[in-house]
Amino acid sequence: MRPSNIALAFKKCKQENRPALLTYTVSGDPNKKKSFEILKAISSYADICEIGVGHNCNTGDGKQIQDSTYRAIKNGIKINDTFAIVKKFKKTKNAKPCILMGYYNSVFQYGENRFIKKCKQFGVDGLIVVDLPWPENKNFSKKCKKNSINFVQLVSPTTSSYRMKRIINDSHDMIYYISMLSTTGGKLKVSPKEILENYNKIKKINKSKNLVIGFGITIKTISSLTKADGLVVGSALCKKISDSIKNRQNPVTNIGNMVKNLKRKLYA
Amino acid sequence: MMKLKKGKLLIDQHNKNYMYGKKFGGNYVPETLKKPIEDLTNLFEKLRYNKKFLNERDYYFKNYVGVPTPFFKLNNLTKHLGGAQIWCKQVSKANGGAHKIYNATVHALLCKRAKKKYIIGDTGAGYAGKMLSMAAKKFGLKCKIFMGTKDIVRQAVNCRAMRKNGAEIVPVNSGSRTLVDAVSECMRYWVSNNDTTSMCVGSTVGPNIFIKICAWSTAQISRELIVQVKKEFGKVPKKLKLINCIGGGSSAMGFWNEFIDYDKNQVELIGVEAGGPKDSKRHAAPLTNGAKIGVLHGALQYVIQDAEGQIEETESISAGLDYPGVSPLHCLLKDSKRARYTSATDEEALAAFKLISKLEKVRPSLEPAHAFAEAIKIAPRLNKDTIIAVNSCGDAKKDMNIIKKRLGCSL
Ligand SMILES: Cc1ncc(COP(=O)(O)O)c(C=O)c1O
Repeated sequence: MRPSNIALAFKKCKQENRPALLTYTVSGDPNKKKSFEILKAISSYADICEIGVGHNCNTGDGKQIQDSTYRAIKNGIKINDTFAIVKKFKKTKNAKPCILMGYYNSVFQYGENRFIKKCKQFGVDGLIVVDLPWPENKNFSKKCKKNSINFVQLVSPTTSSYRMKRIINDSHDMIYYISMLSTTGGKLKVSPKEILENYNKIKKINKSKNLVIGFGITIKTISSLTKADGLVVGSALCKKISDSIKNRQNPVTNIGNMVKNLKRKLYA
Repeated sequence: MMKLKKGKLLIDQHNKNYMYGKKFGGNYVPETLKKPIEDLTNLFEKLRYNKKFLNERDYYFKNYVGVPTPFFKLNNLTKHLGGAQIWCKQVSKANGGAHKIYNATVHALLCKRAKKKYIIGDTGAGYAGKMLSMAAKKFGLKCKIFMGTKDIVRQAVNCRAMRKNGAEIVPVNSGSRTLVDAVSECMRYWVSNNDTTSMCVGSTVGPNIFIKICAWSTAQISRELIVQVKKEFGKVPKKLKLINCIGGGSSAMGFWNEFIDYDKNQVELIGVEAGGPKDSKRHAAPLTNGAKIGVLHGALQYVIQDAEGQIEETESISAGLDYPGVSPLHCLLKDSKRARYTSATDEEALAAFKLISKLEKVRPSLEPAHAFAEAIKIAPRLNKDTIIAVNSCGDAKKDMNIIKKRLGCSL
């Protein structure tokens, strides 16, 4: 079987001897048009783009991503718009693998099968469903795999070793390690050293899986975590969009610059 | 059609994935909550069969909550309506003024057993928050209550009580600024702090274990009621109707628990949701108005949402019923046709309050006023051998300002 775009992206980063840079922005934030332009601005530097499908009663997002979510919903984003954005993005020159990240009710209302079909049709490479943990996600993740879509399993500091082994066993090309007890956007409240210790323990279970770290990573902390296979920056970007709007600056340029700087830190 | 199992508590009628009727409930939560939920599940499943723990619970129910709450006939209202007999189970006589004290007490006891020092909870009407703050104070726990800013304004009386008990109120300003957002924010806080902090969900909603603990706690109401009913009528009457308001559904689950196995032609269970203002479409009545199934706060349930699965805003004069979702247990009772669900408008609830205040000594809060509205609607066409029992699960003191404004009268 041909390796997935996600697997290829990690391979390329390994060859460059650096972690993959994964960005997270909310689809439709600040509006449909700008969120596409933001993706385009990001794509010269990021290796994988996570695109948020915001939900208004989420149980996992902190203030920054909530603000982005409410803004996007208010400006009329619909799931089909998100698919259209991905489709258009995938046709651009520097397009990167796309992972949709959201909550189960969005998938459930759209219909699991229909959702997966659209993902395949429009070039979505992977899915993260925050509130569909293992083992609840067993069926859905199998369906994803059958359709060559990566279902990204999440593990956290509270994941028991029993669960950890089974989750990794059922995972596809990428696993997401939540750095600490937090919603998205918290300050890093544990030391990078401790995060990496946990990271190594998980990595040991199956070295072939690409394990990324996310939650609480900013421009200040990213260079201390470069031992990981990949690093996700989300809330810092969402906050940048909010700040840009507040200060009447162009969020597209600001986000482009920020991701460029983040990327530089990975070579340090 | 879904079928209920006889002789098995409703809370235990789930499969191994914690689903009721394969359609409702479950644990749709972020990975980080899996472990604390598993820990709480193990703790509760052990303690609920532990003699010592049960004695402790009963001790505090008796000496702290105050049991049994009164059950009596509303003679004047019955005479006025000229049909079925209307009886009142005055749960608002429990310590604190509402049924929320049962769940709060049990969660505080569990928090102690789990050796945690902090406890958090959500609240809409402010009763769940007030009771948790009371229980926290009693058992020496530090307490934070999440509450929508719209509710903080309209239920200021209960906020004062929470602060007096030493609890911190965390204002929630997102979305509709009501209960639904308070629950979301409370769960997010728990995601970040579950190593030190216990969470109490204020109704029979949320991940499965919270539904179970809450319904198990409020079941005290019907344990008392069945004894009181048998004492008054010599047996469970041939025609008994148990009417209860439904927000998340904890008070109704408590009121009905002992009666679920009875034939529905003998004991009818009637749940009354919030219909909202007369001309508004933003009702909080997912069971009555045929909402679609979706995930809210970790569980599949009938929930008011748009085609994309975004949860829609609701509107009700009663903060406690102003919630777009409903307990998976009530979804099960609806689909198995064991209970019947209907709604009352703001105006009907106010009119019911007015009539009862004129004729009787009870002062139901705006939540149970919805249940009384249904009783008033159906009683005249029933005969006097039919017994209608209404759970007056909250005291109206917290609603004084709203009632004064809308009806121009005081209590
Ligand atoms: C007095 C009273 N009744 C009813 C409710 C609704 O909740 P539930 O349906 O869980 O009983 C509340 C909630 O705050 C309440 O305070």
